[in-house]
Amino acid sequence: MKIKNNIAVSDNGFVFNPGSGESFTVNPVGLVMLNMLRKGLSQSKIVATIIEEYNIDASSVERDLNDFKEMMRQYRLMQHDDE
Amino acid sequence: MTVKRTYERPVIKKLESNMPNKFGMRTIYEPVTHLEENAVKDLISEYGSPLFVISETKIRKNYSASRQAFETRYPRVQFAWSYKTNYLDAICNIYHQEGSWAEVVSGFEYDKAIRNGVNGSKIIFNGPDKSEEDLRKAVTNNSLIHIDHLDELYLLQDIARATKQRPKVAIRVNMDTGVFPMWDRFGFNYENGQAWDALNKIMFSGQMDLVGLHTHIGTFMLAPSAYAVAASKLAHLAQSVLTKYNHEIKYIDMGGGFASKNTLKGSYLPGSDISPSIDDFAEAITSALMNSDYRPKTPPLLIIESGRVLIDDAAWLLGTVLANKRLSDGRRSVILDVGVNILFTAFWYDHKITPAQAFTSYTEDTALYGPLCMNIDVVRENINMPMLNKGDQLVVHHVGAYNMTQWMQFITLRPKVVLIDEKFKVHVIRNNETLSILTDLEAVPSHLVDFEL
Repeated sequence: MKIKNNIAVSDNGFVFNPGSGESFTVNPVGLVMLNMLRKGLSQSKIVATIIEEYNIDASSVERDLNDFKEMMRQYRLMQHDDE
Repeated sequence: MTVKRTYERPVIKKLESNMPNKFGMRTIYEPVTHLEENAVKDLISEYGSPLFVISETKIRKNYSASRQAFETRYPRVQFAWSYKTNYLDAICNIYHQEGSWAEVVSGFEYDKAIRNGVNGSKIIFNGPDKSEEDLRKAVTNNSLIHIDHLDELYLLQDIARATKQRPKVAIRVNMDTGVFPMWDRFGFNYENGQAWDALNKIMFSGQMDLVGLHTHIGTFMLAPSAYAVAASKLAHLAQSVLTKYNHEIKYIDMGGGFASKNTLKGSYLPGSDISPSIDDFAEAITSALMNSDYRPKTPPLLIIESGRVLIDDAAWLLGTVLANKRLSDGRRSVILDVGVNILFTAFWYDHKITPAQAFTSYTEDTALYGPLCMNIDVVRENINMPMLNKGDQLVVHHVGAYNMTQWMQFITLRPKVVLIDEKFKVHVIRNNETLSILTDLEAVPSHLVDFEL
């Protein structure tokens, strides 16, 4: 699964899905993760980047990243890799 | 070495433009990091989590405000602390120091009041369950016995006859005050004449001293006007006794049931906005008494048995986040170490709950669950909370009434209760339970001691 190509993300965490017209907000850590997901970075790379920059352990980040991706899937902001 | 940034769980929230809150109320509060000069994290570190914390300052302030509300409106007022609301000895003694009598509803509570040093003549004995032994004790101690039913009235007559003592009695009266539900299971009904019949029986028996009339019209009452109706009806009964028997009723006991500032489940507005003030209740009751047709030589003592409104906002329950979970419908759920076994009032109220550490403006709709492996263990079904992590601490507000009496030892052991005194010093007033406290009460028959697995 990857972030849909047409999703617009502003620098201050405003997310717009032109396909559905729905808008979202993400918090600063969510924005960092979202931008890395859009660039297609692997899960392990994202986790490594976060623990380098923030005061948090790897297992917590991995758990939160999976949860974050699940929420985006439920909000239909993700698509299958072959779509 | 570079300082790492503070991490907050990532969250994405859909913007709902079509569902504005028409009252524009904030659902997020400021973090509560300290309770009367004591840091929440220090309290939990020292005394464990969960932890009940009670403020002596707040209790005395509430009592003083309530007493003032009634005493500025009526010449003779007496408060009686409702033991069932919170019968920890230290708490009862604060109210007794302030001048409160004791209001008890069982032999256990009666013995607790005596043990606390309350003079028997200043104990009001209510409730439907008074054993013969309880009644004999209360009669000997000159306690004020509020008769709940005819069987109790006849038993008291027998005791009076056998002991040649004169019990000091009142009857509890139930009545229609215009509110639903009408409490008619306790005492004698006013409208159908039961109450008047009971009063006649007492007066005709000549073996008891009829000293008072009592009512307690309901719980978490939001309508002061109902108390005005109740006070008028009791005053009318008192005047009927005076007219027929030339006998003055010495006191009118209006019970309690005044709403606190908690928010009842299903209420559209928070309790802090809709619950009447203690002055509203005082105004309704005292005006009705002053304007009634009861004209004794001495105005009857007005007894108030308030519990909840005097203590609810004087206590907090501290807890810790055990885990985060995502429910199948996408909602966030947080598991706390605070369950309904110690927070019984979670069944009645949407408790205000605040994090005990700083948080950002990002929030999620969250279900707060307790630690019990039971589906009913829901602290808040839906509350807007910031990003909570395992180990974060929370403060549950307004938990002083009924939780420390109705709590149950179920699945987990009950925690410590501490009191912050007026100089902000912390005292343990009830220790946490241990396994041995429970197992000491048990016995295993010899044939069940050994087993092989």
